[in-house]
Amino acid sequence: MTLRAELELSRGSFSLSVTVDVPEGTVLAVLGPNGSGKSTLLGCLAGLLVPDDGVVTLGERTLTRSPRLQVQPHDRGVGLLAQDALLFPHLSVVDNVAFAPRSRGASRAESRAAARRWLSEVDAAELADRKPAQLSGGQAQRVAVARALAGEPDLLLLDEPLAALDVDAAPAIRGLLRRVLRSPGNRRSTVLVTHDPLDALALADHVVVLDGGRVVERGATREVLSAPRTPFTARIAGLNLVAGTAEGQGVRTADGGLISGIPSPDVVAGEPAVAVFAPGSVAVYPAEDTPAGSPRNTVAAAVGTLEPHGPVVRLRTVDGDGWAEGLSADVTPAAVAELALEPGTPIRLAVKATAVAIHPAFGK
Amino acid sequence: MLWIPAGLALALVVLPVVGLLARTDYARLPELLTSSASLNALRLSLVTAVLSTVLCVLLGVPLAVVLARSRSRGVRVLRAVVLLPLVLPPVVGGLALLFLLGRNGFLGYLLDVTAGVRIPFTTTAVVIAQTFVAMPFLVVSLEGALRGAGDRYERVAATLGARPWTVFRRVTVPLLLPALGSGAVLSFARALGEFGATITFAGSLEGVTRTLPLEVYNQAEADVDSAVALALLLVVVAVVVIAVARPRALEGRP
Repeated sequence: MTLRAELELSRGSFSLSVTVDVPEGTVLAVLGPNGSGKSTLLGCLAGLLVPDDGVVTLGERTLTRSPRLQVQPHDRGVGLLAQDALLFPHLSVVDNVAFAPRSRGASRAESRAAARRWLSEVDAAELADRKPAQLSGGQAQRVAVARALAGEPDLLLLDEPLAALDVDAAPAIRGLLRRVLRSPGNRRSTVLVTHDPLDALALADHVVVLDGGRVVERGATREVLSAPRTPFTARIAGLNLVAGTAEGQGVRTADGGLISGIPSPDVVAGEPAVAVFAPGSVAVYPAEDTPAGSPRNTVAAAVGTLEPHGPVVRLRTVDGDGWAEGLSADVTPAAVAELALEPGTPIRLAVKATAVAIHPAFGK
Repeated sequence: MLWIPAGLALALVVLPVVGLLARTDYARLPELLTSSASLNALRLSLVTAVLSTVLCVLLGVPLAVVLARSRSRGVRVLRAVVLLPLVLPPVVGGLALLFLLGRNGFLGYLLDVTAGVRIPFTTTAVVIAQTFVAMPFLVVSLEGALRGAGDRYERVAATLGARPWTVFRRVTVPLLLPALGSGAVLSFARALGEFGATITFAGSLEGVTRTLPLEVYNQAEADVDSAVALALLLVVVAVVVIAVARPRALEGRP
């Protein structure tokens, strides 16, 4: 169901004023630092917070029309997955997942059967009879995903679902979310709140960037993250993205170049993939030097623009070979002086393969 | 340096019990405890304390949830009012109950005239007096637990489609069970020991309103050995309560 929300809310010195649109079956990522209003937005959509002014519609239904109409959280058909799994500690895993069908009036046996179906959907069928205290963080979050989906929500709200997981568990849950969010024929709209651009990249079709309760940028995920139009977005989400096809330990670009990296577990060879690396991990050499060291990825390019970016200078490239077009590299002012960098200077870029993450790509 | 006052404090708690143990006539103990007056008092005490505890749970749980979850400002005043019986001398509580439910009290008069019900000096009065003094113990321990746990689970339950009553029944209450257990035990112990409000509001009629503490007081004038034997019984019950239920509030755990 398509979600449309226009919200105004102020609490003390903080004020939120946003409009979001999430077409049916798509995922919108809300990016922003702490205190930017991400969780407040989610609270308003879930019905846990009442906006001062605003309208929220989901498909044909109006959920909020301030100040008069406020559909209660339990009548909204939303599912919420938070940073902590928050499984009910007194119920077994299967009864946790059966909670939503049971609340909607299904019999105990029907609810349990549905719960087991959803548990196998998230590869957690064998955990059914455990108590939440006997689960690891990653297992608990897996069960929480099943519990949120078992309500068959029209709108799924994900509030930093990977933030509390350790580095081993996060990629698996990210892969799971990608699978369930992008399953064909799904009519659900999803709003994903995160401060990690990688989550947005892995899961979302569109992104809005929030700062101080205002939308500072919005657009298709890859465009916003790879070519931020505002310095704010560049600071929190400016990443180099190189799209292509997964091949071995890297990504083969359309014009034949190969960039090596560390593939995430759900990358499939031959499928579309994207290589991601931070501007800070790109080294800049004079064009005539060929780095003979360990960096696997080197490419020739020319300096496009140079902009101060906090304590460093962010360099953007133009017309390089293969994947070098439009990359960002962070260099110190001293390096700019020493290498005599200015727009047009030919350079050679190097990126260590260990600094490049390879993720499956979707959409266009 | 703290050892001396600490030792004194401990002695103040322990020595009187030791005195009681020393004074007990163990040879006559079975006979004293099984006299009809003692058995009547014991039976009445257990029945009324159980009834009061049940009332405390039925009324106190919703009150604690309302106090802990409500965000309105008037609730802060209400909380202070709920704590009143905790700090009020029980005799004053008994007097207050008498002037509400006695024949001259406005509610008591109403009940008498409309339904022919007279509450003072009945077993019902004992239960009401005990509930009055014991309820704050339950409410305070539950409210603390509710505040500590926050409402995160309740919010999740709501987004899963559970109506408020379902949330209360399937999430709030089960999560409260440990605190409810210790709160109920504390209330039971307080109800069992209740004296002042009971004697003021319900009097001291054998088999009807004379609970164990009242019987102890009664016997202390007539037969000291019997009073001591009954007192010992109350001590044993208290120790059992602490040992079995280990109320969190008593162990200093949060």
